[in-house]
Amino acid sequence: MQRRALLITIVLSVLAIAAGIVLSYVIDWFPVAASTQAHETDTLYHVLVIASVPIFVLVVAMILYCVWQFRMRPGEEEKDGPPIHGHTGLEVLWTAVPAALVIGLVSYSFVVLHNNETRPKGPEIVVQVYARQFQWSFKYPRSVTGGAPAATTRLYLPEGEQVLFKIHSADVIHGFWVPAFRVQIDAVPGITTSLRVTPDRVGTYPLVCTVLCGAGHSLMRTNATVMKPAAFQAWATSHAGVSQPGALTDTGLGSEAPSAAGAGPGAGEAGEGSG
Amino acid sequence: MVARLKAPGFYRAGLGAVLGVGFATLITWAIRATAGHVSYHHYLSGDAILTISLVSAPIFFLAGLGAFDYWLYWAAGRPTRPEDHSNHGAYSWKDYFKVNTDHKVIGIQYVVTSFFFLFVGGLLAMLMRVELAQPGAQFVDANTYNGLVSVHASLLIFFFVIPVFAGLANFVLPLMIGAPDMAFPRLNALSFWLLPLGGLIMLGSFAAPGGAFANGWTAYAPLSEVSPIGQNFFSLGVQFAGFSSIFTALNFLVTIITMRAPGMSFFRLPLLVWANFSTSLLVVIATPFVAASQVFILLDRALGFNFFNAAKDGDVVMYQHIFWFYSHPAVYIMILPGFGIISEIVAVKARKPIFGYRMMAFSLLAIVGLGFTVWAHHMFASGMAAWIRIPMAITTVIIAVPTGIKIFSWLATLYRGVLHVDTPMLFALGFVAMFTLGGISGIMLAMVPFDLHVTMTYFVVAHLHYVLFGGSLMTIFAGVYYWFPKMTGRMYDERLGKLHFWTTFIFFNLTFGPMHILGLQGEPRRVATYAAQFADLNLFISIAAWALGLSTLIFLYNVVTSWRGGPRAVANPWRALTLEWQVSSPPPVFNFDAVPTVVGSPYEYGVPGAKHGILTPPVPAEVSTTPAGMAVSRE
Repeated sequence: MQRRALLITIVLSVLAIAAGIVLSYVIDWFPVAASTQAHETDTLYHVLVIASVPIFVLVVAMILYCVWQFRMRPGEEEKDGPPIHGHTGLEVLWTAVPAALVIGLVSYSFVVLHNNETRPKGPEIVVQVYARQFQWSFKYPRSVTGGAPAATTRLYLPEGEQVLFKIHSADVIHGFWVPAFRVQIDAVPGITTSLRVTPDRVGTYPLVCTVLCGAGHSLMRTNATVMKPAAFQAWATSHAGVSQPGALTDTGLGSEAPSAAGAGPGAGEAGEGSG
Repeated sequence: MVARLKAPGFYRAGLGAVLGVGFATLITWAIRATAGHVSYHHYLSGDAILTISLVSAPIFFLAGLGAFDYWLYWAAGRPTRPEDHSNHGAYSWKDYFKVNTDHKVIGIQYVVTSFFFLFVGGLLAMLMRVELAQPGAQFVDANTYNGLVSVHASLLIFFFVIPVFAGLANFVLPLMIGAPDMAFPRLNALSFWLLPLGGLIMLGSFAAPGGAFANGWTAYAPLSEVSPIGQNFFSLGVQFAGFSSIFTALNFLVTIITMRAPGMSFFRLPLLVWANFSTSLLVVIATPFVAASQVFILLDRALGFNFFNAAKDGDVVMYQHIFWFYSHPAVYIMILPGFGIISEIVAVKARKPIFGYRMMAFSLLAIVGLGFTVWAHHMFASGMAAWIRIPMAITTVIIAVPTGIKIFSWLATLYRGVLHVDTPMLFALGFVAMFTLGGISGIMLAMVPFDLHVTMTYFVVAHLHYVLFGGSLMTIFAGVYYWFPKMTGRMYDERLGKLHFWTTFIFFNLTFGPMHILGLQGEPRRVATYAAQFADLNLFISIAAWALGLSTLIFLYNVVTSWRGGPRAVANPWRALTLEWQVSSPPPVFNFDAVPTVVGSPYEYGVPGAKHGILTPPVPAEVSTTPAGMAVSRE
C-alpha cells in the first residue's frame, strides 16, 4: 500500500517537474529582448528556473506525501512515530548536493556576467547619462554627432553597436534601467557609474528610474529608441549642437542643492547653523 | 492628584512627556542663545525642538512610567525597594499597562503590541493597493504614497516581525530552559516599553509637517537628507526599536547561558532556544550599525556633518554599506526564531524526534556567521566596486546550504510520523513550502546578471514577501496558535484556525506570486503609478491583497473570542515534552514550584518512557524508589 503511494507520488512529481519546466517556457516572463546582454540573462533565468522546479516539487511532494500517508488516523491519538534521530548519509547528501548545485549555478552566472560586461573588439560609442529629479538627459559627444555635442531627453542608440553609458546624478540616487536591455545601474551623486550594452533590435523601449528618488519617482520615465546604424547616424548628424529643452549637460553638483520633491525645507538648517 | 503625579504610572508618564518637550525647548534655546545672533536668527526652531523632543519626551515618559525607578534610586544611593514580586503576574487587563517584570506578562505585552502594529501596517498596505489598483493617481498623491510604503515596511520590520519573535520567546524561553524568569527582569520591562513608543513615533510621522518619511525603510542618502522633518521620525524611531532589540538579545543570551536548569546542556536545549540564541548574537553584533547609519543621517540633516553629501566629499554608497551591514543580518533576525518555532511544532505534531538535531543547531550558527558576509548583495547595481559582487554572490548562495539542511530535516522529521495536521501544523507546512519558494528566488537574486535586471523591481517585492510573509509571518501564526493555550489558558477555535490558514495561504500566493512577473516585465518597486501595460495584473493583485488583509480578521476574531471564552486548556494539550508544557496553562506566577531537572533530549517522541525534564524535587538518591529518582541518582 505504502509502496504504491510512493510510486504514485514519484510519478506525479516527475509529471509536475516536466509541467513546471514546460510552463517556464510557455509563460512570457520577460519583455522583448533588445540587447545581446538580454539573451544571455534570459538563458540564465531559464536555467535557474529549470534547476529550481525539481527542488520545489521535491519539497512540496514530500509534504503532500507525508500528509497523505502519515496523517493521524482515528485511534492513533496516543501513538508516536518511530524514534529516528537522523541519518548521517542523508545529511551529508543534502549538504553536498545543494552546495554543488549552487556553486555550479553561481559559477555559470559569473560566466554570463563576464560575457555581458567585457568590452568586445570594435568601436564603442560613449553616451553620457545625466539623471536629476525627475528627468533623464543624454549627451552625445562630437565623435558621434560629427559636430558639436547633442543633448536630448530621449535616448537614441544604433543597432548592433557597443554603447558605453557614463552615468551621473545631479541630486539623489536614481536607477538607470531599460528592461529590454536587462541591465541596471544606479546614478549616484559624486561618482560616475558605467554600463555596457549592445542593442540588437530596432524599436522603442521604456527607460525607467528604479531607485526611489522622491515624489516624481514613478513618472521618471522616458524612451530608448534603437535605430538602424544609418538612421542613427543621420539622426546624430542632424542633432549636432542641438540641446533639447530641459536636457542637462552636466551634473551641476554642488551648485544646485537636491530638493525633496519640491516639498519641505531643504537640507534643514545645515547652512544656517554652521556659520 | 499630586500623589498620582508622584507615583509611577500613566499620570506621571504624561507629565514626563510634557517635561520632555519643555526640556527640548530649553536646550534649543540655551544652545542658540549661547551661539548668539551671528549664527541664528531665531532662538527657537520648531524643527529642532521637535527632533530633540522625539528623544527626550519618550525617555521622560518612561521615567514617569517607572521604568527607571529602581536604577535611579540605586544610583542616587537611596534605599531601593527590594523586589517583593508583588507586581509579578497579571490579574486584570490593567496589569498589562504597567511596568511589569514578569517575563510572561512582558511576552504577552510584546505579542499584543506587535500585532497591533501588524494590523496598522497591513492596513497601510491595503491603502497602497487601492492606490495601485489602476495606473495614475487614485486617492493619494505620490508623496503620501511613498509615506505609506515607508511606514508600512518600517512598522512591520522593526515593530512587528522582530519584536513579535522576541515576545513569543520572552514567554516560552525561560519556561523551556526551566528558569523562573529572565536574567534581567527590569531590563526586560524597559525593552518592551521602548517598543510602543518607537512605533508611535513612526506612525506619528504622518502628522509631521511635509508628511511621513517617504524614502522607504532603507532611507537611502542623500534623498533622506533633504526630505522634510518626517525623516527624523524614522531615524529616531529606529533607535527605540534598536535599543529594545539589543536589550532583549542581551537578556536572552545571559538567560540562556546562565539560567538553564540542572541537566539542561546546550545539546538538550529545544531548538527554539538555539534559534533565539543565534538570533540574539546577530542582534547584539549587527543592530549598532543601523543605529549608526541613522545617527549619521541625523547629524547630516540637523548639523551639516556631510557624511553622505557628495558635494562636500561625503560618500553616498557608504550609507548603503553601513545600512545593509545591519539590514542583511536583520533578515536572519527575522527568520531564525521562526525556524525555531517550526522545529518545535514539526517534532511535536509529527510525533517524532527532530531529524538531525545537532545539524539543526549547527546550521543556525552557520547562518549567523555567513549572514555577516553577504550584505552587499543588496548593492549589485549601487555603483560600488565591481569585484565585491563576486565574493558576495558566492557567500549568498552558500547560505542556501544550511537553510536547505533545515528544510530537508523538517521533511525527514515528517516521514513515518503520526501527523496531527491542525492549525499550527498547517502553518508550519505552509511555511516550509512558501519559504522554499522565497529561498529559490533569493538564490536567483544572488546571480549577479539576473539581479541586475530585477533588483529594485517588483521581483524583489515578491521575493521579500515570500520570505517575510510566507516565511516569517507563517511561523508567527504557527507559534501563536501553538502556544495560545499556554499563554492564555484557553483553546482557540480549530475550525476558524484552519479557515484562517487556507484563506491566508491562497490569497498570499495570489497577491505576491504575480509580482514576480511584474518585476521581470519591468515594473520598478516603490512606484505610486505605473505604465498601462501593468494594469491588469495590478488590479488582480489589489483584489487579492484586500482578501488577504480581510482574512486576518478571522484570526483576530478567533483570538479575541477564544481568549475571552474559549474552552479551558489543559497543561499539555499537544503531549509535548518540552518544559513549558509540563506546568499549568497559563503557567504559575513563578513558573516552577521547584527547579526542574533535565534528564534527556527535548524531542524523544516514540522512545518508550523517555523524559526530558523532571519537575518534582529530586528525592535524595539513597532513598529513591521512583524511576525518576533513580534517573537523578545516575546523573
